[in-house]
Amino acid sequence: MIEVDGLVKRFSKTVALDGIELAVPAGSVCALLGPNGAGKTTVVRILATLLRADAGTARVGGFDVASDPDRVRELIGLTGQFAAVDEALTGAENLLLIAKLRELPRREARRRVAELLDRFGLADVGGRLARTYSGGMRRRLDVAASLLGSPKVLFLDEPTTGLDPRSRADVWALIRGLVADGTTVLLTTQYLEEADRLADTISVIDRGRVIQAGTPFQLKARVGGQTLTVRPVEPARVRDTAEIVKRIAGAGPSGDTHGDVVSAVVPAGSDAAAMLAEVAAELRRAGISVGEIGVRLASLDEVFLALTAKELVA
Amino acid sequence: MSPARVVRHGAALAWRNLVKFRHTPDQLLDIMLMPVTFVVMFVFLFGNAVSGDWHAYLQFVIPGIAVQALMFVSLGTALSLNTDIRNGIYDRFRSMPIARSAPLIGHILGDSVKYVLAIVLVFALGLVLGFRIDAEAPAIAAAAGLMLAFAFAICWIATLIGVAARSAETVQALSLVLIFPLTFGSNIFVPTGKLPGWLQAWVKINPVTQLSDAIRGLLLGTPAYATIARSLLWTAGIVVVVAPLAVFTYRRRA
Ligand SMILES: Nc1ncnc2c1ncn2[C@@H]1O[C@H](COP(=O)(O)OP(=O)(O)OP(=O)(O)O)[C@@H](O)[C@H]1O
Ligand SMILES: [Mg+2]
Repeated sequence: MIEVDGLVKRFSKTVALDGIELAVPAGSVCALLGPNGAGKTTVVRILATLLRADAGTARVGGFDVASDPDRVRELIGLTGQFAAVDEALTGAENLLLIAKLRELPRREARRRVAELLDRFGLADVGGRLARTYSGGMRRRLDVAASLLGSPKVLFLDEPTTGLDPRSRADVWALIRGLVADGTTVLLTTQYLEEADRLADTISVIDRGRVIQAGTPFQLKARVGGQTLTVRPVEPARVRDTAEIVKRIAGAGPSGDTHGDVVSAVVPAGSDAAAMLAEVAAELRRAGISVGEIGVRLASLDEVFLALTAKELVA
Repeated sequence: MSPARVVRHGAALAWRNLVKFRHTPDQLLDIMLMPVTFVVMFVFLFGNAVSGDWHAYLQFVIPGIAVQALMFVSLGTALSLNTDIRNGIYDRFRSMPIARSAPLIGHILGDSVKYVLAIVLVFALGLVLGFRIDAEAPAIAAAAGLMLAFAFAICWIATLIGVAARSAETVQALSLVLIFPLTFGSNIFVPTGKLPGWLQAWVKINPVTQLSDAIRGLLLGTPAYATIARSLLWTAGIVVVVAPLAVFTYRRRA
């Protein structure tokens, strides 16, 4: 549904995008993940026909965003990074304006506006000027406005920044609902948890390039590897535990202790399960009783930090 | 895009301006503050000095102040358009399948109410103070038509400033740089003959002078066809030159 190939964008001297590749199948959610200034917003703006790329192609629903912007606009909804709400109108009027511009018949427009206000928990404040809304209410109104035309493709630039955990969960639920109805979603986020929860695929962007892409599971497995953690029951035995883990997992970065937990990265290529069994056996032999032991995938946070740090060094 | 759709989109955006106006009626104050101040200041403070008789002066000054009021309303048009373009809301409009010219049409259409209101309010104030119209309906209609046509023309100047300026401060500065020579370098307040000689050359060709004279003539029963023609010529000239420039600048920016 979204195909991006070799996208380049320069702002005078800054190279904002340096050959972005992206493919988002219809009905899936793709998360663009990246630090500040990575180029996320620039990608979204080009896809939403607001900005022209200097090189490369971008297609939405099969239409080229540069040569066929009107066809693309028929398909998309956009929630930009900064609220696009008219503060001098009420929430309901904001939505009604978009409905009018979308040329919905009057009755249909009324119905959709009421439905969206309700769905976003804004029914009670729909008659109030948006100026009096809290940041979270504004953001929800903004997302609601992008849904008015029932777009096939939805671009959400940091849709949950500034929302409290409850509203964030609401927006997540909404996005999942949309995807269930067949909408394709491209969202940008700085919250790894958000990408992990929502996205079918994640593209990690840094300095205008995609440095990793795949499912959340693939990314975690590919980069962070697995982590072995042990927590002895008696804090006094932490050091002994660390000795054992270090011996089995090998030297290097392994054998870190954080308070009463010992953790070690399982080296690539070694069998995590066998290692786990070996550590457990050694601990028993040494008479250390274990409170908690296990192997888990590195968190997306770890992956993200590992990736962007690597870029920094390279 | 079919013309019918362009009109629908423009109408939707004009609706937006009107709704805002309804929500914030204090905009009326913005429209009226300047004209009322000028009427009070000039009629009661300088009226006697300028023409020796404040009532005669009222007859002279009200049409000019109506023209000046239009100029100040246009400052509002430029500001709101400029704020809009720099706001995220324009990104949403531009990402939707609407005519690119719709936002401009919306602003001009939506603000037209304010221009009409400004004219009506200045004359209402004048009538309360003793301004007397001495003309038949056709002449009054012609005066109204001239003023509205001129409002349309300066609306385009405001649009150009609104789309070209990078900040609200620039809009203010540019507008005032334009408004002051046009209004104070005219015969709105002081008859051309009483102005310093070096200024008269400019005052005589100033479109604001032409329009003010044309309206005085029409409303006070002494229509002067030459000033009417020159005023129309100015109006048409401004529209022909500035409107394409504004649209061009807008397209490049948006
Ligand atoms: N209009 C512009 N003019 C000049 N430089 C720009 C412009 N827009 C973006 N940039 C630059 O392009 C780069 C990418 O910006 P972009 O806004 O796409 O980042 P982002 O990933 O969205 O960041 P954030 O997480 O902070 O929103 C940055 O270096 C930024 O300074
Ligand atoms: Mg951004």
